[in-house]
Amino acid sequence: MESDNIEDMDMEVLPSMWPEDIGADAGKQFNIDKPGQDQDMLEEVTFIEEPTIVDFKRLLELTNYTDKGSSQLAFLVKHWEYKQANAVRLLREELDILSKQRQEVELKKLEILEEHRFEEESYGGDKRPISILDEVYDIWLDIAPKKHDVVVQSKKVEIEAEYDTVVYWKQRAMHLEKLLEASAEREQILVDKLQESIQSLERQSSPVEELSQILKRADNFLHFVLQNAPVVLAISLQEEDIIGRTDVEIFTGAGVKESQDFKKEVLEKGLPAKREITFETPLFGSKTFLIYVEPVFSKAGETIGINYMGMDVTDQVRKREKMAKLREEIAVQKAKETELNKTIHITEETMRAKQMLATMSHEIRSPLSGVVSMAEILTTTKLDREQRQLLDVMLSSGDLVLQLINDILDLSKVESGVMKLEATKFRPREVVKHVIGDVLRIRQILTNLISNAIKFTHEGKVGIRLYVVSDPSLEEGERCPQKLNADQSTVSENGLKEDADQEGFHGEGPYQNHSLNDEPRTPAKSEVSMDADQEEEPQTTTVWLRCDVYDTGIGIPENALPSLFKRYMQVSADHARKYGGTGLGLAICKQLVELMGGQLTVSSQEHCGSTFTFVLPYKVSTSSDHSDDPDEVVDMANHDAATDEVTESFFQFQPRTLGSLFSSNGSSRTQKLLPHKIGFSGSHKLNGFSQNSYSFPQNDIIPEEMASVENGCSAIDVAETLSEPESSASRIPNHNCETPAHADKRGQDDTNNKFQDSRNTDSSYHAEPSREVSVAAKIREAQGTCKRQEKSDADSESTSSKIPKSTSKPKILLVEDNKINVMVTQNMMKRLGHSIDVVNNGIEAVRAVQHCSYNLILMDVHMPVMDGLQTTRIIRSFEETGNWDAAEKAGVELTVPSQDASQNGHGYAPSGNRIPIIAMTANAFSESADECFASGMDSFVPKPITFQKIKERLEQYLPD
Amino acid sequence: MSAVKLESETMADGVSQLQKQLVDYTASLFDEAFLDEQFNQLQQLQDENNPDFVVEVVSLFFKDSERLVDELTKALDQQTVDFKLVDKNVHQLKGSSSSIGVQRVQRACIAFRDCSEEQNVEGCLKSLQHVKHEYSLVKNKLETLFKLQRQLLAAGGPLPR
Repeated sequence: MESDNIEDMDMEVLPSMWPEDIGADAGKQFNIDKPGQDQDMLEEVTFIEEPTIVDFKRLLELTNYTDKGSSQLAFLVKHWEYKQANAVRLLREELDILSKQRQEVELKKLEILEEHRFEEESYGGDKRPISILDEVYDIWLDIAPKKHDVVVQSKKVEIEAEYDTVVYWKQRAMHLEKLLEASAEREQILVDKLQESIQSLERQSSPVEELSQILKRADNFLHFVLQNAPVVLAISLQEEDIIGRTDVEIFTGAGVKESQDFKKEVLEKGLPAKREITFETPLFGSKTFLIYVEPVFSKAGETIGINYMGMDVTDQVRKREKMAKLREEIAVQKAKETELNKTIHITEETMRAKQMLATMSHEIRSPLSGVVSMAEILTTTKLDREQRQLLDVMLSSGDLVLQLINDILDLSKVESGVMKLEATKFRPREVVKHVIGDVLRIRQILTNLISNAIKFTHEGKVGIRLYVVSDPSLEEGERCPQKLNADQSTVSENGLKEDADQEGFHGEGPYQNHSLNDEPRTPAKSEVSMDADQEEEPQTTTVWLRCDVYDTGIGIPENALPSLFKRYMQVSADHARKYGGTGLGLAICKQLVELMGGQLTVSSQEHCGSTFTFVLPYKVSTSSDHSDDPDEVVDMANHDAATDEVTESFFQFQPRTLGSLFSSNGSSRTQKLLPHKIGFSGSHKLNGFSQNSYSFPQNDIIPEEMASVENGCSAIDVAETLSEPESSASRIPNHNCETPAHADKRGQDDTNNKFQDSRNTDSSYHAEPSREVSVAAKIREAQGTCKRQEKSDADSESTSSKIPKSTSKPKILLVEDNKINVMVTQNMMKRLGHSIDVVNNGIEAVRAVQHCSYNLILMDVHMPVMDGLQTTRIIRSFEETGNWDAAEKAGVELTVPSQDASQNGHGYAPSGNRIPIIAMTANAFSESADECFASGMDSFVPKPITFQKIKERLEQYLPD
Repeated sequence: MSAVKLESETMADGVSQLQKQLVDYTASLFDEAFLDEQFNQLQQLQDENNPDFVVEVVSLFFKDSERLVDELTKALDQQTVDFKLVDKNVHQLKGSSSSIGVQRVQRACIAFRDCSEEQNVEGCLKSLQHVKHEYSLVKNKLETLFKLQRQLLAAGGPLPR
């Protein structure tokens, strides 16, 4: 508007000479004001204007000539300018007023809104909100026109006072009227807007409702007097339903009474209060409300009612409860955790203690076995009666402690889950051909059970029955009756033997084992029938073998049976005193059997005997056996041989504890046994039975696999035979020829071998029924005497057996990859008077063993290429099978054909079939001793190697 | 250490002085756990037949260790560390240091191996630094010790037993 004005003014400057131009002036003025509304007026003006324009021209002419005209013109111009300015001012003023008015109106509106709210909340008037608003609206209407009037009036006055042209006035009046109208219109709009916002304001109250915040008002009698929103959320109750009634009248159910009472309480006390009340009403179910109640006072200060507000806090309450529950759970959890931690701590402590025990036991074992071995050697020296007695006591005590420690070690191994079962192929006689199981552990079980049986049997017999059962639950008879008979018959024979054994050996710790070793063999007689059985049997992957160890001993009282398998439990203190023992044996047996997936049971009758039965599952070794198994290809003889060979290793003694004893004692025994052997071979010839002649290789092989030199040769022979089935027949006579020639030699070999070797041949000898009894008796006798003699004769015999040893230095192999360690160890050994061979890894070690026979191997466990454990396993496998299959399987390229191996054996006297292998471990427990033992090592030396340690081991394993 | 003062010693009472120094120095090496009992074992192995045994073994150890440390440095420098290789070398170093009785190196190796088992490259690098540090320390110490021994022998004195 203003800019328009200015433009107009500029235009006016030029035609300043013109006479007064009211028409244009007026038109412009209106144009400025309200273009749209003034359209009509403009028309009128232009209508009037036309004659004026003519006048202007005349006037111009006139003014050119008259002064009066020009001065009048100047005046006119001045006046016009003034008027123009005035009009602008007026318009501005009006504008200001209008905008002010608008502001005021808006302000008012806000006020009203606020008032309205306030009105609603205050308890003063019981008015509906809309009525209040209406009132305000009225007031506002009153005020607005008033203001407007004032403005218009002042305008009018000014105009009136200054000018009074008819046209002008007319236009002026019209214009002002229009203005008024516009103003009124604006006001109307504002009012509309106001109303609109009031309406929206009203609408806004519905969210409040949604939040279920309920404003209620109750009067003195707790009747609802004001109910702004429906009380209940989903179920809408009409106001009529609520107003004038009490809670109790509206709802029923739990909580209603409480809220009513609460309201009453507030009413009485006159103090506002909050409370959480849980309603359980049919109207809206279970909900919790936070209710705030405040009293309403009259002007006189009396309580006339209450305001109360309820908020649905069901969710919050639920959440709160959940939180509380969670917190509770967390607390419980924490308590549990601490409890668990405690338990773990205790368990750890226990484990550590056990570990400690195991470690200690282990540490004790090595020196103790030294003591016992030395004592055993001492028995071979010249001693008087008293000394011998003392030594006997010493030995038996030593053995007992050793046994105890071994038991503890085994037990802790089983308990800590460290006990690993080794899967080795073996043949428990002819019941099944090959099964896979942990030979060592099964032997341990058998030894334990049998030694128990013998210990507690003063007269009668001890025997073993072994048979296949298709299922552990199945009873023996069902499977193979034929077998059973065979077994029983052998058993009776065994009985005799046992008696003999017991007479000869009763009370002699280690020697009992010898007699035990026979027992598994005794069923040999029935082998043919069993094999037949076996062949009929379908090949299954798992086979259950049942083994009974029975005796006619003192038996076990019924009340002692439950605790029989518990640790350190013996039937009674009396028994413990009488029979000794640690009470660990059966516990270990049970744990071992269970570890292997079997069960150990006992049945017993006091004074009549006991039977311990264990049933074990074995895997049957499959196809590979058929292809390379000698007995499959060749014949029964080789089968026998192989069987015995395996069983032999099966029941072999641990050289660790007894090796030294036997190596020094052997000669005496062999000498005694030699005649039997010769007789044996003779009988074979006489009998001419194919079966008997087949047992020849057996004799050859048994010593062979004990790794003595000469037998090494024969082993190879046999191996060759086995690989060439067609030549086997022709080879067998060779053996026959050889045997007598060998006889003497073998006698010497056997001196180096274990006692049981010779016993083994004996037992196979027994297999001949006709001679059995007498020979058995003889042999027992022979052994009995030999056993006694060996002590007295020990001096001479031991020296004789020593002779070959002293001629050649023991050969020691060091397997170690670390140059520095090699240097140190080598020097230490040099100091101890040994020169050693050194190789740097397992494969080299295997080759070295192939080329040369060693009396001792010191083996690093942790090595590149092939570690010590695997190497040991390969060497052990060779010792057991006589071939290097395991090595080939492990990918060792053998430099020497296996046939040549036998030659290497010549030229030194071996101390035993089994090369003692001593592990050198970096940290005694992680490369655990157990692992070393499991792999077939005999002992271990923790690194770094020291003089003392290495010396001890050498003394232990190279007894000179 | 007192080894620095060696040069200023006069020959006269040099022998006994040297002997005392050697004993003290050796004792200090044990006290500071540079060496342990195993080193005594080595010294026991040294005799008239084998007069330079300890020096020989220790030189071998130095040579071997330097190779191993080099290999370890290389192995740990790779983008992807071959922990098996690291493990192998650390094991070697551990084995030889324990044989020699340089127990601080051995201990560092144990920590090193733990890191390597965890496949912790950062830890391995730190351990390697530690091993190197311990190694160079003990190398200096041992060289000083041998120097003392040589001087003593040159002075005509027998090595203290």
